[in-house]
This record gives sequence, C-alpha cells and structure tokens, in this order.
Amino acid sequence: MSLNLLLQISPEATPSTLGTANPVSIAIFFLFVAVTLYITYWAAKKTKTGSEFYAAGRNISGFQNGLALAGDYMSAASFLGIAGMVATKGYDGLIYSIGFLVGWPLIMFLVAEPLRNLGKYTFADVVAFRLKQRPIRIAAAAGSLLTIAFYLIAQMVGAGSLIKTLFGLDYEIAVVVVGVVMTSYVLFGGMLATTWVQIIKAVLLLSGASILVLLALAKFNFSPAELFLSVKSQYGADMLAPGGFITNPFDALSLGLALMLGTAGLPHILMRFYTVPDDKAARKSVFVATGFIGYFYVLTFFIGFAALALVGKDAIVALDKGGNMAALLLAENTGGSAFLGFIASVAFATILAVVAGLTLSGASTISHDLYVHVVKRGVSDEKGEMKVAKRATIFLGILAVALGLMFKGQNVAFMVGLAFSIAASANFPALLMSIIWKGFTTKGAVWCMVTGATLALILIVLSPTVWVDIMGNSEAIFPLKNPTIVSMTLAFVVGIVVSLVQPEKEAADLFESEKLRTYLGHGSEK
Amino acid sequence: MSKTNTQEILQSSAFKKLVKNRWNISLSFTFIMLFVYIGFLLLVAYDKESLKMPIGESLNLAILIGLGIILFSWLITGAYVYWANNYYDKAVKEIKKEII
Repeated sequence: MSLNLLLQISPEATPSTLGTANPVSIAIFFLFVAVTLYITYWAAKKTKTGSEFYAAGRNISGFQNGLALAGDYMSAASFLGIAGMVATKGYDGLIYSIGFLVGWPLIMFLVAEPLRNLGKYTFADVVAFRLKQRPIRIAAAAGSLLTIAFYLIAQMVGAGSLIKTLFGLDYEIAVVVVGVVMTSYVLFGGMLATTWVQIIKAVLLLSGASILVLLALAKFNFSPAELFLSVKSQYGADMLAPGGFITNPFDALSLGLALMLGTAGLPHILMRFYTVPDDKAARKSVFVATGFIGYFYVLTFFIGFAALALVGKDAIVALDKGGNMAALLLAENTGGSAFLGFIASVAFATILAVVAGLTLSGASTISHDLYVHVVKRGVSDEKGEMKVAKRATIFLGILAVALGLMFKGQNVAFMVGLAFSIAASANFPALLMSIIWKGFTTKGAVWCMVTGATLALILIVLSPTVWVDIMGNSEAIFPLKNPTIVSMTLAFVVGIVVSLVQPEKEAADLFESEKLRTYLGHGSEK
Repeated sequence: MSKTNTQEILQSSAFKKLVKNRWNISLSFTFIMLFVYIGFLLLVAYDKESLKMPIGESLNLAILIGLGIILFSWLITGAYVYWANNYYDKAVKEIKKEII
C-alpha cells in the first residue's frame, strides 16, 4: 500500500482541479472538524473516570461499535490505495483486500468474547490475567507500541502528502493540523469522542464510496457486466484475472498470514471490544464490522475498475505512479469538482479518525499497562492514572507530528505491512495461547512476544522490501518480502517450548477458575 | 459465590460441555476460513489459468471466487453469531442459575 507514492505526483500532467483549494472540500472538511469537535466537547463532560476515558463507560452498542471498528480499520490507504491498485493492476488489488478482510472472522471465533470477558482496557489485561503482571505488561506494551508507532508513521506521512495533493496545503501544515485535531479528540473526549468520530467517518466513507460507485455504474446502465466488458475491451481479459501479484507462494502466504492474523493483534482494534457492555455485544460488533468492511472492499473493487474504464490507466498513472488518485479522478469524472471535493474531504476525515484511534490505544498502553501495572505495581489511584493517560496522549500527539515530519518524503509503504507483521507475530500468539492453553507461562509469554517482535523487525530489514528497495543493496539476505510466516511460527514455537520446559503451577491453577469469567462472563468488567 | 460452588460448576458436565462445544465450533470455523483463504492464495499462485475461465460474457471465475470469499467471510461470522445467540447463550443462562 503506497500512499507515499503520492510524492511522485506531477499535477501538470492532467487537467484536474486536484491540488488546488476546492471550496466544497474545504467547506465539508471544516464542517466535519466543527461537528467532531462539538462532539468532543459533549463527550468531555461525560469523560471523567478511567472506564469512561478508555472504554466510553462500556455503553457503546454492538451495532455502533461495529461501525466504529469499521471506521478504525478502513484507512485512507485502503480506500485510495486498493482502488488505485485495482485501477493499475486490475484483479490483483482484490487479492490484497481479501487478505485485510479474512482476519475479521478469526477475531470473532478466537478472541472477541474471551477478550471482552477477561480484560479491562488493553489486550495485555488478558495475557497478564493469570500470569505475573510486570514482565507481561512490559513485553505486551513493547509489542503494542511498536505496532502503533509503525502504523502511525505510515498514516501521518500518507496524511501529509495526501492533504498536500488534495488541498494544496503545505505538507508540514497538514501534519500539524492532523496532529492537533486528533489530539484534541483523544485528550478531551477520550474513547467516547473517538468512537463517534469513527462512526461519522465510517458513515461518510461508506456513503461517499457508494455514491461514487452508483454514479460510475450509471454510465454503464447500472450493469456491472457492462463495466467489466468495457475494461475487457480496453485492456484485455487478463486485467480481470490474477496477474503478477503472487509469484512466490511463500511470499503470498506470509503476507496473507500477516494481514489475517495481524488484524487479530492490532491493539487499537482489540481495545474497542471493551467499549460494549458484554460478550454478546462484542460478538454482534464483529459481525457488523465484517459486513461493512467487506462491502467497502467490494466498493473499492468497482471504483478501481470504473476508474480504469472511465478515466483510463494512462491518466491515472500520469498523476501518480501507484494509482492512488484513481478514486479521486473517478469522482471528478462522474460528479464534477464538487463531488471531488466531497470525496477528498472524506479521505481527510478518514485519516483523522484512524490516527485518533491509534493515539488513544497508545496512551492506554502507556498509562494502564506501563504506569499502573509496572511503575505502580497495580496500585494506583484513578486520578493519577488519568493524569498519566492525558500526558501520554499529548506526548503521542507530538510524537506523531514529529515522526510525520521526520519521515517526509521517505518510502514508508512497508511500515503498514510491518505493523501487521509485529501484531501477528508478537501480540496475536501470546493473546491466543493465554486464552486457550492452560500450560502457558509467564516466561513462555514474554519469550513469545519478544521473539515475534524482534524477528519481525530484523527480518523485514533483511528482506527485499527494505534491504533492496530502500537500502539499495542488490540482493536480499532474507528472501521473503514479509517475514510473518517465519516470525509468527517461531513466536508460537518459542512460547510453547519455554512454557513446557518450566511449567508455572499457579498460572495453570488460575486457568481453571478463570474459565467462569471467560465463558460465562462471571465477574467481567461492567 | 463460595469456593465449593465454583468447583461444582467447573466440574459439572454442563459447563464442560459448554466449553467443549464452544471450541469445537470456533476451531472448525477457523479452519474453514483458513482453508478457504489459503486455498484461494494457492490457487492464484499455482493455477492462474483456470481462474481466467470465463463465466458468461463478462464475468470470470476469479471475480466470482474473490467476491464470493468476501460474502462468505461475512456469512460465516453471521453463522457463528446465530449459533452463539441461540445455543451458547441459552446454555450459559442455565449454568448461571447455579451460581449462588
């Protein structure tokens, strides 16, 4: 996914109003910011306690949380990037988006309900439930913060270049604006404001993309068949079938595992399950989220092909090599510059919402996992914890802006893949084993998380993605583009072996009594 | 809730059956999903030709399977919710009556 390719844009190539200040997009964007800041003001009055700040008082309904999960997950990168991939590479874009979707059923089957029943605010609550708090919290916080940091860098750099392209605003100003607005959401409105920002953004994005598809299909008598025929006659039948995306099956499998299981290890997604009242609502929210996200990927598939048929590949690639402008060019082609402005501001809103979710999740890791359970050893007053949480939010907001500025113009496309890879290798194995395996021990969990995170990091540097594409070496030391198949497997193996070598009796005993909470919700956080 | 009561519930056949059924369903669904997705990736890697098979005038097998997997992913989460709402939750309610 390469929003950073936006930097290669040459605006003079096409007669498009992209990159100039579009009055409609500026109006809609200001409206969005005004509405969301008003919601933040409203939410701030209801955000006093820890449970309100981290989990919106656990009062979000299953359906609302489903929409918010979809909002958290549908980034501008997947909207513009996947549509662009379809518009330039055809069917291969769909293979990519399917990988992003299939993790959701697994969240449902493996983690959603136990996570809601066992935990309080972070996924580390679940892993540490019957194990020794401090070592687990430190290791889990490292995994979470690494995942969040890489995801955040990719989003901030994408945001800067995207806004520059859409609004003609300076990269630096764009990054600072995103940083300030999203920090305000989280700092004052906590999870309640962040949830409603996600919901509004999800509705805007889904309706915007639906209208775009309808307008485009109107040019084909509302018949997808005619659209496919048009693509086929202009670009050949191969555009509608798998091309060069998967050449090495191990590479494909490794990326597939990262996308699929990494989704079940993303801290900002897992955190959302604490906002609902019980496991039944958690279950419903995954169903709703899967439906909306799946629908969204179907839309991007049609947007990509419609752009290909109506705008043309040459015009799309002329503006941006990665095809990231395909959806926007299609919007202009079908609905004129006003509609382009609408879609552009939706993309901006999308970025704001995603970085807000990431920041809240990072702040809860710092205050709940590190401050309360490591520094204060589990005994802390709520006032002190909230103070740390707010400071952590400000710190992360500044860090996000600094990282965005630091990585300006750098190739950060691999960082989303890396974030998923760490999530799949460090967070997911430890979370899963702590839920289903009685024999899992503190040492096993720590070694599992350390192995997964370290291997994912080292191997990605040695992989063709970084070693060849970024560092310019001629041959990669590690052959696969994505390390997950190795790093995740070894994380599981190390976790199991270390646990078997040195069993932990107390942890195994607690596993039995924990079952009442895991399966019946008895004693879960209300 | 007393300690003996906890033990009674944990040892009861109803509770054991609940946990067993839960993981039987979850793990079977997980393997079905893995099988569908990994099968799809392998098909794309090893047999691109058969995926190009046209279906009707404008469609082909690849598009049908791709969009089909998206629909399937949603339906299988729906199937799990249906099972959990109708069977799992009822069993939980029964067992919870025993908790003093």
